[in-house]
Amino acid sequence: MRGTMMTDKALKVAAAPKKKKRRGLNLNRKRAMMGYLFVLPFIIGLITFFLVPLIQSFIFSINKLEVVEGGYNLLPVGLSNYNRALRVHATYARDLVESVLYMLTNVPLIIIFSFFAANLLNQKFKGRSLARAIFFLPVILTSGVMLVIDSGDLLQSSLGMTQTDGQEGAFRAVELARLLLRSRLSPTFIDYIISAVDRIYEIVSASGVQILVFLAGLQSISPSLFEASNIEGATGWENFWKITFPMVSPLILVNTVYSIIDSLTNSSNVVMGMIRDTAFASNDYGLSSAMAWLYFLAILVIVGIVVKLVSKVVFYYE
Amino acid sequence: MDIKSIFRKKSEEDRMHRRHLYYSMARRSWSIVRGVIIAGICFLILYPTLVKLSVSFMPEQDIYDVTVRYVPKSPTLENYKTVLSAMRYNKAFWNTFKLSTLTSVMQLISCTVIGYGFARFRFKGRGVLFALVILTMIVPPQTLMIPLFLHFRYFDVLGIISAITGQKGINLLESYWPFVLMSLTGMGLKNGLYIYIMRQFFRGMPKELEEAAYVDGAGMLRTFGQIMLPSAVPAMVTVFMFSFVWQWTDTFYSSLFLMRTDVLAKTAANVSNQIMKDLSADIGVDIYLSPAISSMYTNTGSLLVVLPLLILYLFAQKLFVESVERTGIVG
Repeated sequence: MRGTMMTDKALKVAAAPKKKKRRGLNLNRKRAMMGYLFVLPFIIGLITFFLVPLIQSFIFSINKLEVVEGGYNLLPVGLSNYNRALRVHATYARDLVESVLYMLTNVPLIIIFSFFAANLLNQKFKGRSLARAIFFLPVILTSGVMLVIDSGDLLQSSLGMTQTDGQEGAFRAVELARLLLRSRLSPTFIDYIISAVDRIYEIVSASGVQILVFLAGLQSISPSLFEASNIEGATGWENFWKITFPMVSPLILVNTVYSIIDSLTNSSNVVMGMIRDTAFASNDYGLSSAMAWLYFLAILVIVGIVVKLVSKVVFYYE
Repeated sequence: MDIKSIFRKKSEEDRMHRRHLYYSMARRSWSIVRGVIIAGICFLILYPTLVKLSVSFMPEQDIYDVTVRYVPKSPTLENYKTVLSAMRYNKAFWNTFKLSTLTSVMQLISCTVIGYGFARFRFKGRGVLFALVILTMIVPPQTLMIPLFLHFRYFDVLGIISAITGQKGINLLESYWPFVLMSLTGMGLKNGLYIYIMRQFFRGMPKELEEAAYVDGAGMLRTFGQIMLPSAVPAMVTVFMFSFVWQWTDTFYSSLFLMRTDVLAKTAANVSNQIMKDLSADIGVDIYLSPAISSMYTNTGSLLVVLPLLILYLFAQKLFVESVERTGIVG
């Protein structure tokens, strides 16, 4: 009697998880289906407006595209478009390298500045909401066409806002340069600092979204962490490096990637303009596609390398 | 002995006092330094726009006048009149307004739904699909430009339209359809970023909220609509603002799909050429504007592009900045 009860119980115990598992799987499957449903618009868009055009653009880049009535013809030309872009075109290769170098000098400054600004804006002071409103203003003031207008503009360059070698810029660091040259730092470092100060408007105006992201991150840090460390007697400096910095470090990765993409694909970027003009002003669709593909690959490689490097300092709190 | 202890006590009090003084001094001096830094950066941000504003009221001779720096000698609204008519402002404004509202609402809907899907459901290929979201951000829109142009020039869904009409697809250029279709499928301007923001937001929301809804018998759609959406308003405001602003000032997609339609961003970029053309047509002789004048017109035009956005920002600012605080985007 007792034995059978035992086995009954044992059977029940053995059967229960199985049953549960099957039911769980059903729910899981149902949730997975719902997941696909929610993401479905993206999948459709991804295929029709992204993957297909991406492949098409690659096909165009290895062909000569001729517009004929009611459509276009493709004449295969192999890699000659790529060859033309890199070796024959007067400025493509140089502009590409220049925009990458420009990005490499600017992005670290943008990250440092936006992190600093977010920390400032996270403190309590009078007029904080006004300061925040103004700090986010560049998102509006330097978007799209505004950037194009400002970057090629006489008024702006005479103000020293955009990077020119003009003498009478409003924000030039002549005194700072003198001061730094007296200290015995390495000249390349001094150059970098001075160029950073000279470009401060560009850096500030490219930091709107990044400040926003950092600020949101700073506010999501639980105050209990700071309370605990204050009780232990930590100073503000220690709090910053041992709590704030690691907690926000995933956002450094996010912001770095965003800044790279923003710097390389914004509307005033030289290469982007060149690709567009090659297609629509000189109707050389094959060459334009080849340029676009090379540019895309370059960005992909850069983002890949940077993500690898930055991931090393990122700390995930979970 | 007594005196010693009194002295010690006093010196201790003194030290405490001095320490307190030191800290309050440090705090006060930091708040001054901080104030200076913040004011400086604010000035830096506002300065070019303020200069644009002052120049936009200047007549031509004031630009060349060395004694005039910021305040025009004889302020005039002539520039605005010229620029407004050359930009065809009324028409362009409404076109831009319709376009931006339409696309940002569509993008908001699609990115919220897609972001929720990525944040809250586990399914096969989720990681890969999300990596593709990031890829859509990385690929420069110029790479897809020509195929998309042709795609909408001869638009067709799996050959159905050409089978019915017998023509090679329909022409969707010069209409808002390309924007609608791309926005609804999360492929519009910078939509990868919006999907990312919404996903991060939904991921940060407590699971218990959803579970409680399920326990109470709400389905997945109802949970999304009645529980998750109302609490997602801050993130949605952020996405809407971004999307509206960026669509408003975008020239890339609008000059690709709407070549003959006037939108503000395009007419502003072209305003000095347009004025030159208008003047030449009026007089019958080719007229060239001096670089300073044409720069002044362009800057006035760019002010007129952002003016509606600034007004919108003024009203939405509080909501926007607050919403940013509560968005809680975490990598």
